[in-house]
Amino acid sequence: MWKWLHPYAKPERAYQLCVTLQPYFLWPGILCLVAGSIWGLAFAPQDYQQGDSFRIIYIHVPSAILSMSTYVAMAVAALVGTVWQWRTAFMAMIAMAPIGAVVTFIALFTGAAWGKPMWGTWWVWDARLTSELILLFLYLGVIALYGAFEDKQQAGKAAGVMALVGVVNVPIIHYSVEWWNTLHQGATISKFDKPSIAPEMLWPLLIALVGLALFIAAVTVMRMKNEIIRREYHRPWVKDLAARALGGDHAV
Amino acid sequence: MNTLINGIFKRDMALAFRQRSELAQPLMFLLMVITLFPLGIGPGPVTLQKIGPGVIWIAAILASLLAMERLFRDDFWDGSLEQYMLSGQSVAAIAAVKVLVHWLVSFLPLALFSPLLALFLNLTVDMYIALMLTLVLGTPLLSLVGAIAVGLTVGLQRGGVLLALLLIPVFIPLLIFATSAVDSAALQLPYRAQLAIIGAMLMLAMASAPFAIAYALKVSQN
Repeated sequence: MWKWLHPYAKPERAYQLCVTLQPYFLWPGILCLVAGSIWGLAFAPQDYQQGDSFRIIYIHVPSAILSMSTYVAMAVAALVGTVWQWRTAFMAMIAMAPIGAVVTFIALFTGAAWGKPMWGTWWVWDARLTSELILLFLYLGVIALYGAFEDKQQAGKAAGVMALVGVVNVPIIHYSVEWWNTLHQGATISKFDKPSIAPEMLWPLLIALVGLALFIAAVTVMRMKNEIIRREYHRPWVKDLAARALGGDHAV
Repeated sequence: MNTLINGIFKRDMALAFRQRSELAQPLMFLLMVITLFPLGIGPGPVTLQKIGPGVIWIAAILASLLAMERLFRDDFWDGSLEQYMLSGQSVAAIAAVKVLVHWLVSFLPLALFSPLLALFLNLTVDMYIALMLTLVLGTPLLSLVGAIAVGLTVGLQRGGVLLALLLIPVFIPLLIFATSAVDSAALQLPYRAQLAIIGAMLMLAMASAPFAIAYALKVSQN
């Protein structure tokens, strides 16, 4: 049933797939991100209570949602790599780790900037803020472990184990801090039957969410291409690729 | 199989008791960290009682990070870990035995120490009982989950700080539930729910961690 997937364990095929996918992720992603941001920041109606400062939601909520999804995606890649011994899966995992860390940082930063006018403070030890901060620590742990090994294949396997330990912990951390302390407002768009947000405000938010997701996918694919080339630079197909890119004049 | 497990248990126990100073150091560290808190925050009995459970647990986690490093280190460097892997026996079972020995020699003394710590930080008897229960349920969890990260970093030259970076975020839920149990005990509230959750996490770790440790050691051994 999954046989069609197996060729992509080969770096060369995975590279080709990345090349194919990149434009489909990159351009719609940038388009949605720009459209959602402009619509949200300039044209969506003001909030009756929070005024204009609520508009940061169009950056804060997508990055907060996707910081967790990226971690799950990373852990799925780690699981695939561990179970089927795919080198390319570990490359995908490590391609996603810094992106996820940056998105988590954006969510924390925009959250702090939003918290200042609303709660009157940059930082509170609230459940969601804390679990987001711990998520950032988990990302940094995976990146640090990967960086500590000389042999990058071994590094991928080790970081994969840590990513999987982390993903078991994410729900536990989430609920533990939830019960520990809560000040943050409830989720706005997870209740799909009757969202607690006006449709004029919801649409740009969803567009920005899709845009950021596609953009993350595009950057992942780009980083993965880079990673494959860096690991396989001594292989003939990479040399051919380089020769073709240079127009064939200076063969490597 | 049983003779091997038995042999490893006896060998590790013997080794641990012949390196007494290495056993005692994390405990001394724990005691000194706890001494710092009254000095730094002030010796008011009410304040100490309020921060006590958290302080004891944080100090225990930090001390465990120090003690954890030696779990597989010597076996890795003298090659016996490699021999275990080549022996054809289940590495998960061997790892489980080593974790058990580690818990017995580094956390059980901590539990024996805890009346003294409770006295230092002015805990009530109810709080002390809750603290003891959370330590008994929670410290095996520290050993089991910690051993995964130790297995991953054992081959690295300077794994110490990295180990802390990897493990501290993972230990946060345990810290939250354990201190919340002791806080409930201080208010005469029931704290079975928190103990049940710590127990559930321990069960999950007992079922899955030995295999993760075995895999981690395999990765390190390359």
